Amino acid sequence: MNSLFPSIVSRSQSSGLMNFFVPIISIVLTLITGSIIFVLLGFDPVYALYTFFISPISSTYGISELFVKATPLALIAIGLSYCFKNNIYNIGAEGQLTMGAIFGGGIGILFHDTNAFWLLPLMIFAGAIGGALWGLIPAILKTKFNTNEILTSLMLVYVALFILDYLVVGPWKDPFGYSFPKSRPFSESGRMPLLFDGLRVHFGLIITLFLIFVSWFIFSKTIFGFQLKVSGYSPKAARYAGFNQTTLVFFAFAICGAFAGIAGLAEVSGPIGLLYRDISPNYGFTAIIVAFLGRLHPIGIIFASLVIALTYLGAEDAQLFLQIPSAVGFIFQGLVLFYLLGAELLINYKLTYKKLL
Amino acid sequence: MSDTILNIENITKSFPRVIANKKVTFDIKKNAVHAILGENGAGKSTLVKILYGLLEPDEGNIKLNNKDFKVNSPAEARRQGIGMVFQHFSLFDSLSVKENLILGIDEKMSYSDLENKLENISSRYNLPLDLDAPITALSAGEKQRVEIVRILLQDPQILIMDEPTSVLTPQEVESLFVTLNALVKEGRTILYITHKLEEVISICDTVTIMRSGEIIDTSSTANQTAKTLATKMLGQKLDDLKTNYGHIKEEVNFEVKNISCDFNDPFLTDLKNISFQVRVGEIYGIAGVAGNGQSELMDILTGENTNIKSGSITFDNKKIEKYGPQKRRDLSISFVPENRLGHSAVPELSLSENILLSQFPKNNFIRNGIILKNNVDDFANNVINEFKVITPGNDAKASSLSGGNLQKYVIGREISSKPKILIISHPTWGIDAGAEHSIRESLIELSQNGTSIIVISQDLDELIEITHKISVIYDGNLSKPFKTSEIEIEKLGLLMGGKNE
Repeated sequence: MNSLFPSIVSRSQSSGLMNFFVPIISIVLTLITGSIIFVLLGFDPVYALYTFFISPISSTYGISELFVKATPLALIAIGLSYCFKNNIYNIGAEGQLTMGAIFGGGIGILFHDTNAFWLLPLMIFAGAIGGALWGLIPAILKTKFNTNEILTSLMLVYVALFILDYLVVGPWKDPFGYSFPKSRPFSESGRMPLLFDGLRVHFGLIITLFLIFVSWFIFSKTIFGFQLKVSGYSPKAARYAGFNQTTLVFFAFAICGAFAGIAGLAEVSGPIGLLYRDISPNYGFTAIIVAFLGRLHPIGIIFASLVIALTYLGAEDAQLFLQIPSAVGFIFQGLVLFYLLGAELLINYKLTYKKLL
Repeated sequence: MSDTILNIENITKSFPRVIANKKVTFDIKKNAVHAILGENGAGKSTLVKILYGLLEPDEGNIKLNNKDFKVNSPAEARRQGIGMVFQHFSLFDSLSVKENLILGIDEKMSYSDLENKLENISSRYNLPLDLDAPITALSAGEKQRVEIVRILLQDPQILIMDEPTSVLTPQEVESLFVTLNALVKEGRTILYITHKLEEVISICDTVTIMRSGEIIDTSSTANQTAKTLATKMLGQKLDDLKTNYGHIKEEVNFEVKNISCDFNDPFLTDLKNISFQVRVGEIYGIAGVAGNGQSELMDILTGENTNIKSGSITFDNKKIEKYGPQKRRDLSISFVPENRLGHSAVPELSLSENILLSQFPKNNFIRNGIILKNNVDDFANNVINEFKVITPGNDAKASSLSGGNLQKYVIGREISSKPKILIISHPTWGIDAGAEHSIRESLIELSQNGTSIIVISQDLDELIEITHKISVIYDGNLSKPFKTSEIEIEKLGLLMGGKNE
């Protein structure tokens, strides 16, 4: 007779091939589970999945929207991989994004009637600085006081959101805005240029691709990337090698914060055009899923950002055509993460049933 | 046969990449000490784990007292009369000896019964115990006694001892042997797992020699010598290493002076006024039982810990005690800590990438922050060829190498840059005899070419084989050095046990 509950046993070697297929298996399982949910809700699963995953991108406009959503996700996710590779669990990217939007957007508001070529670069720069500074707070707390960065970075998200809230109802409120909680619109030269007429996909996509390429170079070719990796795998080996781990923590947080800050600025100076309360539908949190779904690899992150962006669009279409709440999108994101972590566990461990006498 | 207690027949056990036991067949006689001798990885542990119910064999049977013996848990094995003392103790450090013993008993027993039994066992088998002492306060030898008593409480017919002397001082070993003899006199059988030849000859009656998962020979120890056993165990003839003092220069190039360090941590040993000098080309050994400050001293010698209370380290007339690891490497000081996986190498990274953990000024690995991959790969290939590291290539992950191969690779990496001084901890810990021999050989060769070497090791045989001078570390104190060629083992043993003069 076998025991009722399996025990988890470490595999002597994990399969490299399976490792590669983890994201794909997770997505397939998510689709299967998703169809079961649709059936339980009383929908034809094929039609529901079509509405969710195919119809949103069956037009040029839809594809453009996919890139609009994927841009911040990919940019934040690649920033997060600096932290995650170093085994730092920065989950405060949403706050860093907000701070980037505040800093960069602040410049936009200050120069709201200026039209000059330098305005957008200055705003991007300020956004990066804002995000980086916000990211450095948990870095300082971690290195000086040994606090857990998961808690501090998360709590700082809410601080940043409240600051934004205060600014848009208080000092930065649009004087001609009929008391709506929003700022003045930025001037034309403070907006991300659109890549195609009539479509919302904007210059932020180019910045994102550029930074992903730079990150790929850093991760695979430079000693800095190597140091991040070593100190993530084994802090003891990093100490043996003489790598300065405090510096690495600071850099990882600052880079991640800067990338999230640029993503935030790209949102407000791109599709939105001003500051208001809800600048991000949780991009900073969802990017965590993107980073892991993309296995912290630049190419992987590009694909993962498209898949997860699709869940945002699909949720909107599902709300329109199936009359189900758009929160279904979050269910799909959650499912992906669940299967991802599950598959990852099963790659390194196996379940065995011990024989009982 | 009536005097056979255990028949092992055709036991085979394979793991994903290796066959650990291949048709293992032999008998164990009642009322004797039976040794299983073999190098690391010969399959000894797998075999005893099968006997103790921790592993299930793929094939074969075992008979205990001529009855089929099949168990799938240690508790079941103990019920049927087989007990085991592991090399690594499984005691609760924060509990007392008595509490640990109570926790280890499978059946119900009244408290007074237990005390009576304990007293009886303690006196009969030379196993004195302080029942109320917390485990943390005990030496390795005392902890082992607790383990033995715990097993004896269940009155086993066969007691398996896995490398029991590896953590003991010579005096503790003597006392263990008295215990083992008393147990055998009472009619119990001891299965003694070891790779130490002298122990087989001095305490065991019969010896089974294993090599790469197979039984090479089972015979009486009566007319065996260490040499004959070694030849069977290794399957190849090893040259004797010769310590040579001729090349050592008078000049001291590494001096540690009055280093003290407090940790305020019950799990670390404070270092007390440690001083020693190493001359050019000299191999300086630091002996001692584990946990007497070796790893703490190692961290200070490598610069991983520069937070010392007082004292200095001088190298080539520079004070370096505040230098971190990289700054020391820049001065051509090289180190190999005890743990390979996760300290001197990162298991998840390739062999090539592992080269970058330790960079010396003459290596041309980085330009403007960019890794020069070709140079790193060439260096890795050189190390692999020169030190005969068995691996499919420089892109293999460090974790895929056997312990001996990875250690050869790590040491090769350090030696290839021709350091002026090499500081190495437990150079041959947990690796097979072939790799052990080649590592010792390369250390000796390195010293003859003018490199000073500091070796921290628990393995006395190793230190006696390769070093020129030895001192002993005990509870954070370092003894004065002794010339290895004139050393008395007795004396070292006393120092390792904390008895000075």
